[in-house]
Amino acid sequence: MTKVIIPELGEGIDKITVSYWYVQPGDKVKEKDDLVELTTSKATFNLPAPCSGVLAEALFKEGDTANIGETIAIIEE
Amino acid sequence: MRYKIFDLGLIDYNKALDLQNEVFESVAKGELDSALILCRHYPVITLGRSAKEGNILVDVSLLKKKNIPLYKVRRGGDVTYHGPGQLMVYPVVNLDYFRKDIHWFLNELEGLAIRVLGRFGIGAHRIDGKAGVWVDDKKIASIGVAIKHWISFHGLSINIKMEDLDNFTLIKPCGMDIMMTSMETVLGEEVAIDKVKEYLIQDYIFKGD
Repeated sequence: MTKVIIPELGEGIDKITVSYWYVQPGDKVKEKDDLVELTTSKATFNLPAPCSGVLAEALFKEGDTANIGETIAIIEE
Repeated sequence: MRYKIFDLGLIDYNKALDLQNEVFESVAKGELDSALILCRHYPVITLGRSAKEGNILVDVSLLKKKNIPLYKVRRGGDVTYHGPGQLMVYPVVNLDYFRKDIHWFLNELEGLAIRVLGRFGIGAHRIDGKAGVWVDDKKIASIGVAIKHWISFHGLSINIKMEDLDNFTLIKPCGMDIMMTSMETVLGEEVAIDKVKEYLIQDYIFKGD
């Protein structure tokens, strides 16, 4: 089980909005493929899957706000 | 630093997007570290993933009559217009070689636009909390950046020609009530697109040493 953490995206960015899930829970995901799109006040950032497996849990819905460092998803390898 | 400039001239939005994808792949594979794509588009309205149809303010039949296609694009955000009077600046940059900081990158891009506009005697500035570059309360350059694997995608558009401004009234740009302006509107004289390109290439900072 791998926790996917929202990474540091830059100085002064402490919150992001979860804008789009490329993968749904239960779907297979490949390492480095787009997992989820995060939006800051000015740009979007595609967070890739850190490993291959199945997306077990998406912990935020599209439109939700999350903090840098929070777990956003869980991948079962 | 492996850096390359692509000057595509006047090109269909989707064709330029395909080339941007190819350049992105080159950067992702490490064949290039940074690229600068410059072009202008035939009139087009693009709809981001969260675009609301209500932000197109006219009937689709009028767009057809004006020969302005509507393209749905795989990006966040709302609706925007591009036309031949704008210079599109697509930096495809591996931020691993610069600084892995999204807002730093955006600030640098806005700074680039401000510097280039300054060379024409236009005093442009940022507005806190709003992306883009402004002259007073009117937007002269728009910014929309996506970062994938710390490589940038999409970019900046600078309004140069006056005639394109009319087409912005067909939409609610970015879903907001924004007034647009152009370099020619501000200066009251003709601006050569090639001169803007020349300054941009000179002032572009994502080319390494």
